[in-house]
Amino acid sequence: MPKLKVDGVELEVPAGATVLQACELAGKEIPRFCYHERLSIAGNCRMCLVEVKPGPPKPQASCALPASEGQEIRTDSEMVKKAREGVMEFLLINHPLDCPICDQGGECDLQDQSVAYGRGKSRYDENKRAVTEKYMGPLIKTTMTRCIHCTRCVRFSEEIAGVDEIGALYRGENMQITTYLEGAAKHELSANVIDLCPVGALTSRPYAFEARPWELKKALGVDVSDAVGSNIRIDSRGREVLRILPRVNDDVNEEWLSDRARYVVDGLTRRRLDKPWLRKDSKLVAATWPEAFNAIASINPGASLAVISGDQVDCETMFAAKALARALGSSLLEGRQTGLAYTASNMAAVAFNSTLSGIEEADAVLIVGSHVRDEAPLVNTRLRKATRKGAKVFVIGPKWDPTYPATFLGDDAAILNDVPADVVAAFEAAKKPAIIVGGAGLAKGALEAGLAFAERFKLVRPTDSGEWNGFNVLHMAASRMGGLMLGYAQAGGLGDLVAAKPKMVISLGADEVDYTKFAGSMIVHIGHHGDKAAHAADVILPAAAFTEKDGTYVNTEGRVQVSERAVYAPGDAREDWTILRAMADSLGVAVGFDSFDALRAAMIAEVPALGAEGLADYGALPAAPKGAKAEGLIAGYPIKDHYLTNAIARSSPTLQRCSAELLHGETFAEAAE
Amino acid sequence: MSDRHPEPDSSELRARWGGFVWTAENAEKAKEIIARYPAGRQRSAVMPLLDLAQRQVGAETQTQGWLPLPVMEYVAGQLEMPVIRVLEVATFYMMYNIQPVGRFHVQVCGTTPCMLRGSDEIMAACHKRGMHLGHTTDDGLFTLTEVECMGNCASAPMVQINDDNYEDLTAESLNHILDELAAGRQPKTGTQLPGRHTVEPVGALSTLTAMAEANHDYRGEW
Repeated sequence: MPKLKVDGVELEVPAGATVLQACELAGKEIPRFCYHERLSIAGNCRMCLVEVKPGPPKPQASCALPASEGQEIRTDSEMVKKAREGVMEFLLINHPLDCPICDQGGECDLQDQSVAYGRGKSRYDENKRAVTEKYMGPLIKTTMTRCIHCTRCVRFSEEIAGVDEIGALYRGENMQITTYLEGAAKHELSANVIDLCPVGALTSRPYAFEARPWELKKALGVDVSDAVGSNIRIDSRGREVLRILPRVNDDVNEEWLSDRARYVVDGLTRRRLDKPWLRKDSKLVAATWPEAFNAIASINPGASLAVISGDQVDCETMFAAKALARALGSSLLEGRQTGLAYTASNMAAVAFNSTLSGIEEADAVLIVGSHVRDEAPLVNTRLRKATRKGAKVFVIGPKWDPTYPATFLGDDAAILNDVPADVVAAFEAAKKPAIIVGGAGLAKGALEAGLAFAERFKLVRPTDSGEWNGFNVLHMAASRMGGLMLGYAQAGGLGDLVAAKPKMVISLGADEVDYTKFAGSMIVHIGHHGDKAAHAADVILPAAAFTEKDGTYVNTEGRVQVSERAVYAPGDAREDWTILRAMADSLGVAVGFDSFDALRAAMIAEVPALGAEGLADYGALPAAPKGAKAEGLIAGYPIKDHYLTNAIARSSPTLQRCSAELLHGETFAEAAE
Repeated sequence: MSDRHPEPDSSELRARWGGFVWTAENAEKAKEIIARYPAGRQRSAVMPLLDLAQRQVGAETQTQGWLPLPVMEYVAGQLEMPVIRVLEVATFYMMYNIQPVGRFHVQVCGTTPCMLRGSDEIMAACHKRGMHLGHTTDDGLFTLTEVECMGNCASAPMVQINDDNYEDLTAESLNHILDELAAGRQPKTGTQLPGRHTVEPVGALSTLTAMAEANHDYRGEW
């Protein structure tokens, strides 16, 4: 713990800190471009120069200088001021003055720091360097003349994403950032380089020339494209969401966001259900709300009602539907649309117990039937970090490219019952061993066998830093954990609902269900996109997408998070809970709430854990059932196309193009400029 | 240098170089080079291997050699590293030719000491022979490049032609050297001044004269 002085103020900093971090601890702002907390230190922009004694009598790059005992650091001296002005002037020599037409304008580090630390005037009157445009795929728009060679994007793709896609060619002034042969950046986190880029060299292609940051209204949301529950900022103007950006949350998404979460934006305005529809003579015709409710009332299902929740539904909607079903005398609720029927009586057994940030510390990990990169890209970056610290990763299931070293044990789920010797050795030597059971594993009975595995290798154990619980289930649906907490699980899964032959099935945006099994039922679809369920529905009630309603979501580790409404639903569409409330009236039952607050209060009264943001306490793991065995071949993973995983994504032209170009190799002609 | 860029990827390029593999002799050498580095750090061998590949391409094409993209991919594959990292190295260092060159790659140094000692004249002599910067002569013999300091300032001006340096040049001596090379003979390398062997002073000592006989401490006089 070295003690040092920053601008005359003495303070103690953690061992291993850099001078830049010491200055930040002292509350001093150090300008920087290349330095980024989550990336390795490059030290090539020179913007963070400070004066350090003892040391050479010249300014030093604080980001790459270790803080040590007795240093005297000045960030306010004449030398530092001149050094920053000098660096700024050099950086601006080749940077174009095109801020008025640059999408980064208003949120540009170079702009801000030029105002704060620059001279306000350049002495350079030679020609500026120009760099040819580089193609980087459908998501990243490049204007490489603006590049200041900070190499953050290069370090991101190598260190965080784990694919060496981006590189710096040539040298000195002629250095150019590009992908190999200008291929598209294909990684599922590739668009994060847009946030990392301190200038306007890499900007968002779909968002190009859409808006200025100061015009946008910001809402704090939660992503629903997977079960990670990434924290997002939803930027909207008027009634339209214009972009989605990640928010920093070290426990969940750090500050990254997967491409499919970021670019669903243009799907939110397309293929929307903006008025009720009724099926007449096997054709859907537009209707009014009263007509739709009359049609529902005419069936009057009574207790013969089933509710299927989709993957992106918030807890309030699910609770409202549960209240309606209960008022009618039914408890046929299910959220596992594809027919999974694992036991969900103990929530600890279906949660990601080691927590997303905790899995980084694991030193032996067995993945059973999960394509982590497709199912939860941000969990894969955590696993990648763990392997960089020396963790051993084993996978049961078909091969995929994890971007880190992993041993694939085979496709047979039964391997889990009797793991090979090298797994045994690794897990016996491990201090924090973990298992991750994915969707394909759950389908083969890996939950119970995984519990047995957890008992055998003591995945739950006390450690120096508290109790370690290495039993993890990785879900894919944002609504799954919330649904399970609210009782959206039948012992026999969706099969129980089919067997009950209900008169009416309410779909809460459930687009992945095979509705041919419900041929005799009236299907009421409460959803926001004209996707698979809308084709099967008899009545369509237009509802709100995740950006258009307040809601509570629980991610795969059991973290309760609240998302805000950014915009209003289009046309006649209403928030889901109001639809369910009105349905209760038309069916002549009372559900016990008349406002969103009352609904939320009722929900919290029933499931108190949903009322406290943060990790829910699910208690201890259950004992493994005797003789539990996983069996069957894991033939493939549930996600076939990781860009088009949900109804909104399927409606998004950007993600459609990503899928076509990056996954299926189609080529697109570039518009001539 | 700013127009330095790899030979574009084309089906012709792939057809010509896609099947690149080491010759038996070079495969042996490559193995030996990789073995110089610790296991798992084989990437460190990228520079010597690129040089080896360039020389093999040179031997096949009767030129100084260059690095077509498929050859870089081959090296990347052998070292199990991403191609973009190999391309970064190859584009960074001027010793790797990333476009085809002629049989003799004439690299004229134009940095300050050489310029003061007459590199403009050397360059003019090259131009007079029909050589242009960045181009290969029609007979495929000479490629002209201007480079930065080659570290021969004490015997400036100089050119580097393939693996050899030619120093203390004048337009005449350069023309002689190029004529000899074109005729298939090997001219004298190093300094071209008669009577000079390496970079010892020409004529009498002009500096550090007190050091001529014995060691002398100059520090007090600074």
